[in-house]
Amino acid sequence: MTKQNADTVTRTPQQFEAASEFRGLETRGAHAWFGTHHALADVSLHFPERSVTGLIGPSGCGKSTFIRLLNRMHEFIPSAAMAGEILLNGSDIYDPSEDPALIRLKVGMVFQKPNPFPAMTIRENVLAGIKLAHLKRDNHDDIVEQCLSRAGLWKEVKDRLGASGGSLSGGQQQRLCIARSLAVEPQVLLMDEPCSALDPGSTLRIEETIKELAEKITVVIVTHNMQQASRVSDYCAFFLTDGGPGYLVEADETRKIFTNPTDSRTADYVQGKFG
Amino acid sequence: MNSVPATDQYLGIEPLRPWAVTRSTNLKNFSRSIVFGLVAFLVTIMTPLANIDGWAVAFLLINVAWVVGRTSRLGVKERRDAVLRLVFTSLAVLAFVPWLSIFLTVLLKGYRAIYPGYFFSDMRTSTPEDEFNIGGAGHAIIGSLIMVAIATVITLPLGILSGIYLTEVRGRMTFLVRFIVQSMAGVPSVVAGLFIFTTIVQPMGKYSGMAGGLALAVLMLPTVSRTAEEVLKLVPDDLRSAGYALGARQWRTAIMVVLPTVKSGLITAGILGVARVIGETAPLLLTSLNTNGFVWNPVGGTVASLPTYIFSMFMYGTEYSTSRAWTGSLVLLALVFGFFVLARRLSTTAVQNAKTDSRKARKLKKKS
Repeated sequence: MTKQNADTVTRTPQQFEAASEFRGLETRGAHAWFGTHHALADVSLHFPERSVTGLIGPSGCGKSTFIRLLNRMHEFIPSAAMAGEILLNGSDIYDPSEDPALIRLKVGMVFQKPNPFPAMTIRENVLAGIKLAHLKRDNHDDIVEQCLSRAGLWKEVKDRLGASGGSLSGGQQQRLCIARSLAVEPQVLLMDEPCSALDPGSTLRIEETIKELAEKITVVIVTHNMQQASRVSDYCAFFLTDGGPGYLVEADETRKIFTNPTDSRTADYVQGKFG
Repeated sequence: MNSVPATDQYLGIEPLRPWAVTRSTNLKNFSRSIVFGLVAFLVTIMTPLANIDGWAVAFLLINVAWVVGRTSRLGVKERRDAVLRLVFTSLAVLAFVPWLSIFLTVLLKGYRAIYPGYFFSDMRTSTPEDEFNIGGAGHAIIGSLIMVAIATVITLPLGILSGIYLTEVRGRMTFLVRFIVQSMAGVPSVVAGLFIFTTIVQPMGKYSGMAGGLALAVLMLPTVSRTAEEVLKLVPDDLRSAGYALGARQWRTAIMVVLPTVKSGLITAGILGVARVIGETAPLLLTSLNTNGFVWNPVGGTVASLPTYIFSMFMYGTEYSTSRAWTGSLVLLALVFGFFVLARRLSTTAVQNAKTDSRKARKLKKKS
């Protein structure tokens, strides 16, 4: 691990050049701490543009910490610290000159628990990001229809856009949250177990949504559901912890991870032998 | 999916509430308490126990005896449960007694001087000993409302801002701000009055409603700020995260997401603050004093208020003026009560709205 870490520090100019041409999200030797607790160690991953990457692994191995690193939500925890580089289209999002709010505008996030704004209507929820981030848009009606359609919710709510967001069912609320994150047109959408609280029907609907989204943007999804990972993702990354910090075991095309993984632990995990 | 079954399929089935207390049990309990009450009344006639308090003691003892007797054949746990339930019920009633006593006293002594004009007239052309059909406390009501409005306009934004600072910003001064707010809650009201007297009334050279409002604001701020903080703490962090994840800055999230979510709670904070200060007398005696006529100008000299009206009427000391003071107390109580009802109404409307929304949603789902 330390060797790999040293590699990332001493890059040749050519590697730099190659990196800056890479479109999409990339991490190099990413570490995360909570106080003195080392939660995540040395994760180097590529998330190519217009792809879905599934992050799998047992609970507590740092998947959620990792994706919160990717849009600078990690720093909201007072004792949090990090190391390494997170590059969005070649530029480090942790560079002191970067504005975290603008980074989060480019890298959106959908949370585990549906969290629509209860004081707003469905329509206002979808447009919330635009108002919150002071974006200039004049075709609000189009945005609402477009985002809700892309999130697979339009048909169900088009006659009651004025109802409160909290009046929807759990699955609908989660799709509303997806629509809300789409309205600000992010380049990357991070999803932290978006279906963990949903029924199979809503899950299926959201998976279809994810596949449609991947035609335009990069999606990173954390999931505990192996079938879901194999259904929706193009690439898979397997995380593990041996009691210490979580680390990346293996990352590859989903088909390879599920049929012929390099590491025996990956094979055991995806076949349900542990975790 | 199968087709929705026709409703007439379930024609014979009535919705039931097997867990509800039946009417006959209610009736039995009610008639038993009536009988016990009468027995207790007989006891007060025949024994040294006398008056309402004696009756209450007898009533309680009879109930205890009945509960113990009824549960004697049951286990220890059941008996303990029944006795404890009785004890807690009587303690709850006991806690209610002072409130009821105050309320009834004010009502019985205060109702005499009430006539419609009481709310619209002032005391310029009538003296405290006049009959009850002239004069009134309209000027005091208006003065109180003006000063409380001034205090609210000042403290509501300040209180909400300090609440935001304590829960959202959580800056380096959090401890200090909370400490100051808490110790402000302990400031005696007369000290607040003195503070405004030396800083506003003396330099201006006159008493005024503005000074009164400022003194009330000093007393109101801790209540509003503490309540606002508690209310803002209830906002789940999920919502803040959602705001940040949409690229919003902190103050934007606080104003557009956090505050609207607890709007009703913040209104309640304001109303609790109003209820806290509307009966304050001491600071007003030092800042706005009292007068006999309507004063609409908050910087135009002395202003009447309900507490000072009550105070001066009691000080006058005649039969009619004392009655007027009681009536003023009744109006003051009614105002506070009205504010609390309003607070309750406003804080439950949000929940109610959410409920109706979900009910509508369910109806819509059924239709489709």
